[in-house]
Amino acid sequence: MRIFFLALVALLFLVSPLSAQNGPVQTLLQDNRAKIIKSSRKSIQPTIDAIASSGLPQAQLVLQKWQAREIWQRKADGLFFYGEKAAPKAYRLFDFDSAEPVGEFPKKQLKLVKPNSGVRALIGTSLVQFQLNDPDAALRRAALLSIERDPAVELLAPLRASIGAESNVDILTLKQRLNTLLTIRFDTDPETRIAAIKEVAGDLGVDVRATLNPLLTTDLAFAEGALPESKNIAAQRVVGEDITAAAAYEMLVAANRAPTVTTANEIRKVLAAHIVGGQVGGAAVATLDDLGARIKAYDNLAASGTVPPRIAEVEREATLASFVFYDLYKEPAKAVTDAARKTLEGIQTRVGFNQALDLGLDALSLASIYFLAAIGLAITFGVMGVINMAHGEFIMMGAYTGYVVQQIIPDYTISLIVALPAAFVVTFAAGVAMERLVIRWLYHRPLETLLATFGISIAVQQIAKNIFGTQARPLTSPGWLDGAWVLNDVVSISYIRIAIFVLALAFLTLFLFIMKRTRFGLETRAVTQNPRMASSMGINPDRVNMLTFGLGSGIAGVAGVAIGLYAKVTSELGADYIVQSFMTVVVGGVGNIWGALLGATMIGSLQKGIEWLNPSNTLAAQTYMIIFIIIFIQFRPRGVIALKGRAAGD
Amino acid sequence: MPRSFIFRNPSILVFIGCLAVFTVVVTVLSEGFGIGFLSTSFIKTLGKTLALCLVAISMDLVWGYCGILSLGHFAFFGLGGYMIGMWLMYERTRDIVVTSMASAEIPPTQQEVKDAIGNQIFGVVGSSDFPAIWTLAGSLPAQLALVVLVPGLLALVFGWLAFRSRVTGVYLSILTQAMTLALSLYLFQNDSGLRGNNGLSGLQNLPGANNVPQAIISVWFLWGSALALGLGYVLFTWVVSGKFGSVIRGIRDDEARVRFLGYPVEAYKLFIFVLSAVVAGIAGALYYPQAGIINPAEMAPIASIYLAVWVAIGGRGRFYGAVIGAAFVSLVSTWFTSGQVPSIHLGFYTVDWVDWWQVVLGLSFVLVTLYAPRGIGGLFDLISGRIAPNRHGADLGPGAGSLQEKEAIE
Repeated sequence: MRIFFLALVALLFLVSPLSAQNGPVQTLLQDNRAKIIKSSRKSIQPTIDAIASSGLPQAQLVLQKWQAREIWQRKADGLFFYGEKAAPKAYRLFDFDSAEPVGEFPKKQLKLVKPNSGVRALIGTSLVQFQLNDPDAALRRAALLSIERDPAVELLAPLRASIGAESNVDILTLKQRLNTLLTIRFDTDPETRIAAIKEVAGDLGVDVRATLNPLLTTDLAFAEGALPESKNIAAQRVVGEDITAAAAYEMLVAANRAPTVTTANEIRKVLAAHIVGGQVGGAAVATLDDLGARIKAYDNLAASGTVPPRIAEVEREATLASFVFYDLYKEPAKAVTDAARKTLEGIQTRVGFNQALDLGLDALSLASIYFLAAIGLAITFGVMGVINMAHGEFIMMGAYTGYVVQQIIPDYTISLIVALPAAFVVTFAAGVAMERLVIRWLYHRPLETLLATFGISIAVQQIAKNIFGTQARPLTSPGWLDGAWVLNDVVSISYIRIAIFVLALAFLTLFLFIMKRTRFGLETRAVTQNPRMASSMGINPDRVNMLTFGLGSGIAGVAGVAIGLYAKVTSELGADYIVQSFMTVVVGGVGNIWGALLGATMIGSLQKGIEWLNPSNTLAAQTYMIIFIIIFIQFRPRGVIALKGRAAGD
Repeated sequence: MPRSFIFRNPSILVFIGCLAVFTVVVTVLSEGFGIGFLSTSFIKTLGKTLALCLVAISMDLVWGYCGILSLGHFAFFGLGGYMIGMWLMYERTRDIVVTSMASAEIPPTQQEVKDAIGNQIFGVVGSSDFPAIWTLAGSLPAQLALVVLVPGLLALVFGWLAFRSRVTGVYLSILTQAMTLALSLYLFQNDSGLRGNNGLSGLQNLPGANNVPQAIISVWFLWGSALALGLGYVLFTWVVSGKFGSVIRGIRDDEARVRFLGYPVEAYKLFIFVLSAVVAGIAGALYYPQAGIINPAEMAPIASIYLAVWVAIGGRGRFYGAVIGAAFVSLVSTWFTSGQVPSIHLGFYTVDWVDWWQVVLGLSFVLVTLYAPRGIGGLFDLISGRIAPNRHGADLGPGAGSLQEKEAIE
């Protein structure tokens, strides 16, 4: 009876795990039970591989749950389940094989499988192959992106394995490209790598350059005597030319190949430490305000054996002469670095070409901004000969009009369409008022016009500050103007700049149309050339001047909306452009719209060009540009396109 | 026998007299030498105002007498300030460094002192080496010479380039404005060698006068500024009187006619431009030790335009007008922007003068240009009864007898 009972217990003990162990996943997990529970980064890889390569449909699920720390072991029988929290201190468990809930268990009866972060990273790597073959294309893309962001040698094999089965053409291209890049970086066979390097020749992608550049990184190294033949050396460094003597010597000192040179600073410290009764090394302390005296004192100390002998600069030279210094590639294979360098040089040439193109586009967009800012000025200054220092404030007024319209009309597209004519109307009115009240009294006193309009400028600027405050106001562009037109990784231009370019072109056309094709333009040109003759032909010069000034101001207002879209709207917005606008008009030539266009192009491309030569310093760029303009004026005092004949004035 | 120079220019006596009385009164009321009625900071404000008057008369020389509207005179003013500031900062830092190094066990070498000064001065821009332009910073006579030479040389080069290509009128104004903008942008860089936008600071401390309180130093500078202003006034009055002055005024009124009469117009203009730049540099060298700090923002184009505003409001073409304009507008500006002027309550809106002063200044400037081209100084004409004959038409230049509008356009 008792034996029977024992046998029954034994049977139960045997049967109960067996009955639950019916699934292949559980069997697999139980086989690796010890390793899973006490996992370590060093020993876990075979287990992960066993699960991943088991071919079981649940393998991915197991790895995911494992990585997410959601696998629980039932203390009673040691079986593994994945669980979710059902109640406080209780978990609902699911069987891996059937995905059926097993029941809810209090936490006391369970034990959480806790893989450490190293193990979880390994699981993550292993999971990649599942993601790369996932039926969901978005997940496959996400997996590729994560590999791209964080490439590792282990990912190469699963990536390659997944290429064959890829059905989506786009993703296939992505995978092949990523494979090439990973091959360049991680493959063990130099031939394969060189082939892959040749494959990316001429590719402008940032990722390609980011892959190739590390191959060519070097370490500074040195050797006694001649250059070692066996190593992959990039270049020799000549002491004094490619490397300073001090830096070279410091390397030797750091490697314990040479004694430390006693610097002036050390001499001072040593002397200070050995002062005895106001004397050190046979000299009075007060006399040691000279390096020669200090050296003498130090040598005296050294002669008496108190301090180590001094190593002078001369000895340093001799030591350095017996060493060669060179840059050593981190990559040992010479063929690989050669191929990488050649490919990279080819890419750099193309990148340079494209950068020039990009710079050209930048310059063009800057030129169109300057043109927009200056076109109104070209009318008032060029056509009428009136200096309007408040021109910048008209630009600012236009930008604030855009801002106010945007506060009233929330839809950005509609508000922009409303703001452009509104800005024109507001600044046209302001311009006409200014012409009537101030400028018309000063037509023959240009310097005083300059000062009076400047007075208006400071008043208007301060009024804007009082109304809108000193902080920048946003003028938000509509959604369809966000983003940029990207040609490749090097060349891109934002839509807003394209829009400004188009706007500048539109204004050029409008201006030409008004001046050449309308009655008003004809009258303006007549008044500009000879006001008396014009008025005797029945033209009212007062009216024409007023309208011309209004037109110039109105265009400045519209330019203000455009400028406000990409710059912050502040009360100083206009003042930032006024000097450049004047320069544009002066360089281009007064009284001619083509001159303004040329001037804007010149100044825009010049500024971008100087910025490109010295990219870290835009202040210097502006300085040099202004100096260039001052010198330019020497040779063409009347601008690129100078007026000839009577209209020139003198 | 020609009448004496002073007799022909009675304004000199009046001006020097007023300046002397002003200086004596301020000294008596000062904290350092007198009854302490005026605070040291106000003495400094008055001293700075005198320096500004000096730059205003130099502006009046080029604009009011020679017709060159320079919108870049504060570039010269600032350069003068920088040159004296370099010496002040170097010597003061040297004092500090030597004092702190005196406690070291071993006396410092020359090189160590220099390195420590460099570290102190340029640490703020992430450097410790002296740029080449600081080579002479340790010598007061050299830096004083540079106060005159640097602005003079800049004016000479710029003026020669501009005048020989016959850039005149508004073009010249815009070019001078571009010049001061370029200079201030250049100095804003950290590697310009003059501490970038930090500028030079601590200039109010005179090296070697550590025991002298600021109350006394401020009066010293007031005397220096008054002396310089008086000398400048006499010098300029002498320059514009006589034959030379007639040519200068002729250039202002009609440059082409003077040229056709055989005068080398460019040389005259260049001389006047350089002279006024040198005086502006001296004015800057007197101003910034009283202000205590100089940075590139001081040379922004707006500062030079304000200078033109002062001269215009005071009345150009007469030096006392420039002095009155500079003193009046800068003192009133200080008063209004200091927040001491009571606000005006309109019920629906409170006019706070700190915010609205600029508007008043700008608009009054427009009104002066339109209706009172002679400025405040024109009031003296009313007193002295010297009212110009009515020549039918607004005058183009500010001085009596200048070309009239009707005559000019014919």
